[in-house]
Amino acid sequence: MIAVFFAYFAVVSIVAAVLTVSLRNPVHCGLALLALLMHVSGLFVLLNAEFLWAVQVIVYAGAILVLYLFVLMLLNLKTDERYLHSSYLYFLGPAVAGAGYVLFLLIQSPYEGAKGNTPASVVLEHGDTYAVGIKMFSDHLLQFEIVGVFLLGAIIGAIVLAKTPKPMPKPMDGSERRSNR
Amino acid sequence: MVPLSAYVAVSAILFITGLLGVLIRRNFIIVLMAVEIMLNAANINLVAFSHYLESMAGQLVALFVIAIAAGEAAVGLAIIIVVFRGKVATNVDEMNLLKW
Repeated sequence: MIAVFFAYFAVVSIVAAVLTVSLRNPVHCGLALLALLMHVSGLFVLLNAEFLWAVQVIVYAGAILVLYLFVLMLLNLKTDERYLHSSYLYFLGPAVAGAGYVLFLLIQSPYEGAKGNTPASVVLEHGDTYAVGIKMFSDHLLQFEIVGVFLLGAIIGAIVLAKTPKPMPKPMDGSERRSNR
Repeated sequence: MVPLSAYVAVSAILFITGLLGVLIRRNFIIVLMAVEIMLNAANINLVAFSHYLESMAGQLVALFVIAIAAGEAAVGLAIIIVVFRGKVATNVDEMNLLKW
């Protein structure tokens, strides 16, 4: 049963990714990206990561994608006649060949490694949110604080960049400056 | 039971798709969307290894990746608005002001 769900989520997310980079209309690309994000969140559920599923739906599909669609509609982009880069055929062949080789190597790899201390039974005991919270606020507290500072800096940077620039002040002689005061 | 290599294969295909999108698309916003595809591929990898190697650290890093994606989207779209205000073009090959 899990294999059926995995096949569905995997196939639909790959198709949605291909549509995102190949559709002509930018709004259609945004909607294909929405389908991709939802199906990737389905993959997270299959991996016992319910908290990441919720974060993916809320932050990615709810906030980031709405921001993209907002900017698309604010700028009122027209669909280009020539929407691909002029030399895209030089990239397409080597990329497909390289991807095939990488996939061939990946399928053969055994992926053995040192196991951690939270198997699925421990995660399922109190839920994934509990496990993530315990780990984040004990071992990874510094990274959490750094992400908070980073988001504050990103917000300030976005506001400063997108603010409407003030018009340059005209050079004035003394009398005008006195009357303006 | 789905093997780990299946998740890694899906992630690799998504990553290559996003990389191709960055390379061949001309629209700046679609290029940013392709970057989001690549970040999602990395997230699938992190969560899959976190599940199969029984460690929680992968899910935490995936959370941080989502936060960084949010910041990147905000700053990138602000840059697009600034460029669009200066000259009406959102194609990456028309933005050559920094090219030597």
